[in-house]
Amino acid sequence: MKIIQLFGISAFASLAFLGSCKPKGTETAVSGDAAEKVYVAPGKYDEVYNFVSGGFNGQMNVYGLPSGRLLKVVPIFSVNPENGYGYSEETKPMLETSHGFIPWDDQHHLELSQTNGEQDGRWIFANANNTPRVARVNLKTFRTEEIIELPNSAGNHSSPFITENTEYVVAGTRFAVPTDDMNGDVPINSFKENFKGVISFIGVNKETGDMNLSFQIEAPGVNFDLSHAGKGKSHGWFFFSCYNSEQANTLLEVNASQNDKDFIMAVNWKKAEEYLKAGKGRKVKTQYAHNKFDESTQTATSKMEQEVTVLSAKELKDICYFMPTPKSPHGCDVDPTGEYIVGSGKLAALIPVHSFTKMLKAIENKEFAGEYDGIPILKYESTLYGEVQKPGLGPLHTEFDGKGNAYTSFFVSSEVVKWDIKTLKVLDRQPTFYSVGHLMVVGGDTKKPYGKYLVAYNKITKDRFLPTGPELTQSAQLYDISGDKMKLLLDFPTFGEPHYAQAVPASLIKDNQVKFYNIADNKHPYATKGEAESKVVRQGNKVHVYMTSIRSHFAPDNIEGIKVGDEVYFHVTNLEQDWDVPHGFAIKGNQNAELLIMPGETCTLKWVPKKPGMWPMYCTDFCSALHQEMQGYVRVSPAGSNVPLTYSLNNKADNAKSPVKTAVTK
Amino acid sequence: MKNLKFLVLPMMAFAMVSCGNDKPADASASTSSTETSAATTETSASSESGQYDPKRGLGKYDESNVDVSKFDAAMAAEGKKVAEVKCASCHKPTEEKLVGPGWKGVTTRQTPHWILNFISNPDPMINVDPELQKQLEICLVRMPNQGLNDTEARQVLEYMREIDGAK
Repeated sequence: MKIIQLFGISAFASLAFLGSCKPKGTETAVSGDAAEKVYVAPGKYDEVYNFVSGGFNGQMNVYGLPSGRLLKVVPIFSVNPENGYGYSEETKPMLETSHGFIPWDDQHHLELSQTNGEQDGRWIFANANNTPRVARVNLKTFRTEEIIELPNSAGNHSSPFITENTEYVVAGTRFAVPTDDMNGDVPINSFKENFKGVISFIGVNKETGDMNLSFQIEAPGVNFDLSHAGKGKSHGWFFFSCYNSEQANTLLEVNASQNDKDFIMAVNWKKAEEYLKAGKGRKVKTQYAHNKFDESTQTATSKMEQEVTVLSAKELKDICYFMPTPKSPHGCDVDPTGEYIVGSGKLAALIPVHSFTKMLKAIENKEFAGEYDGIPILKYESTLYGEVQKPGLGPLHTEFDGKGNAYTSFFVSSEVVKWDIKTLKVLDRQPTFYSVGHLMVVGGDTKKPYGKYLVAYNKITKDRFLPTGPELTQSAQLYDISGDKMKLLLDFPTFGEPHYAQAVPASLIKDNQVKFYNIADNKHPYATKGEAESKVVRQGNKVHVYMTSIRSHFAPDNIEGIKVGDEVYFHVTNLEQDWDVPHGFAIKGNQNAELLIMPGETCTLKWVPKKPGMWPMYCTDFCSALHQEMQGYVRVSPAGSNVPLTYSLNNKADNAKSPVKTAVTK
Repeated sequence: MKNLKFLVLPMMAFAMVSCGNDKPADASASTSSTETSAATTETSASSESGQYDPKRGLGKYDESNVDVSKFDAAMAAEGKKVAEVKCASCHKPTEEKLVGPGWKGVTTRQTPHWILNFISNPDPMINVDPELQKQLEICLVRMPNQGLNDTEARQVLEYMREIDGAK
């Protein structure tokens, strides 16, 4: 109900605005050379990879800029029938949680790994909002390699933001909840005493990228919204915006908007590390899944962790400080120098900019305005560098171009506003179509932005694209920010609903791509390295098919003697050793998906035939002129029948050149 | 060596273009388009950078860097293992055609360098070599690049020689 009302209000606001803003149509918004600037000729590459959050499709979508061409959808938190992610036996463990297998999530923010505050092109991290998780995708393979669930959390929103050497990925809870070792079966009106806002610090191994949940900080029960790490001079600190300092628990759009100021919480994570080492944490019994994909076995495993160390911000007074920030702050962005912390009050008509130097001084001089649930509140004036006056309505997020300029998105007034960080003067404004949420400058949250392009990710696209029933495509808009004035270049559709995105010059990633998996390195326990090794093995009612695929046949291509009640595992190894030659595998009536097996890889599809009959299987990915011929049959007999289990390749009477082989029974 | 680069580069560029055409085309279309492209290539190859050498093929191997004077049984044994993983799906050690032609007799028809060049980097040669063009019309599947490294290619060659009776 709350959500519906919120949406109603925002939709009304944006519609009302549309009416007044409409004259700025495409004719005037786009200048003459826009098409030239986004045209990437056939056969040419885009300049930039743009990684866009998949929102409620749970995936990550990769676009090329400036063309806006969709290059790939990388499955992370949702099953993906296109390639069997979450359906194949190897990838099912990736979606395990303490609640069991979860086939979907709401993916909001992405963050590229950094070294010395600059993008290093190694990994990208993604958050799952609904069932709190953080994932790591390897940018050599564009595959999800690891997912870690977050205990003591709900609504994993201020996530996955990283420190300047990818020491930590953080995750702040949007919903305050009772911690996992408390009884959660409590009245909602006991919110203030029982509910906590927990922030997670996930350590990242420098070499391998492997994640582990290093520690959590238990903070007051407010709603943490977004965050960014300090950098340069502010390295060692992390900043989180929060709303609902009222700790209201009903009709939040009214009751969580009572206070004139909420907070940005500054966290001294170096200090927290010291306390952790000194054993100041409390061990909390809990359960959370830690899932890893091993490239050598091409198989994921899921492990259930049992404990996490939690530091109390209330007890350890000098790890967390609140900086008052008007008014229900959403975005929390740190400029390339690390000095300025920009908060954006969703309901504020100004943009407050905090100074890191002033913040340190205020802490030193104890310029406190009081305490909030045991956490010191710094005086607003003591940390404030200044306010951007009358920038627009509904500021949400700010990115930077490395030339001293900041760009802020305005949801209510549907525009991007460019302003000078030092003088706090507005320099330029451009309309968006419509209701922009996140925005992204290439490298815009690093120490060295690449600049040049800004993309606005919009919530509403009425009248921008061909209509498709009640639901319209979501969209992004590309701006050239290389000059004094921003120039709109392109609209392009995205999966809904896009949130935070990242982008990186293509040169940093392009040449590191894995082109195929070396079959000699395939350590999958059911790999079939060569047709000579293909076989069928029965173990009770389980039948393991060691199958190979190559242009343009499977081996074996016929199997007989499968019975109703059997569980058949097709372990298909793609024998190709060439770039861009995956093979597909599908079988009629399977209540699952297909497999898409990369060159040199082994994937497993589980099939439980329900009826006797002849069941065709085939390759789904066009592989050669004889692709259509890449097929076979599985004969299924009734339970208890005595058809021997046999398999063959090239065994028809008219070309009987290979013997029919009898399967092994173990 | 410099001359060799001149020869290879323009052909490689052409190979990539025609390879791109190959994938969406179906069997009948690819036959005719391949014929056309082969003719064009031969013309351009001869006019721009000398003749394609059908004895040597296209690639880095020639007499100067591969010594085939002695048969090596140990290498042949390794080559058999490699072939069983990467080649046996389509080629038999007999004369029988499967997806591709049988291997028996190949070392009498082609030079060792031609074989090494072809099996380690098939695509550019399929586009220009007259024998391979004829074979493609029969098999209709372009031989996949199976990512053989130098050692593996050499071992497979030795296995082919063993099949043809080398001792």
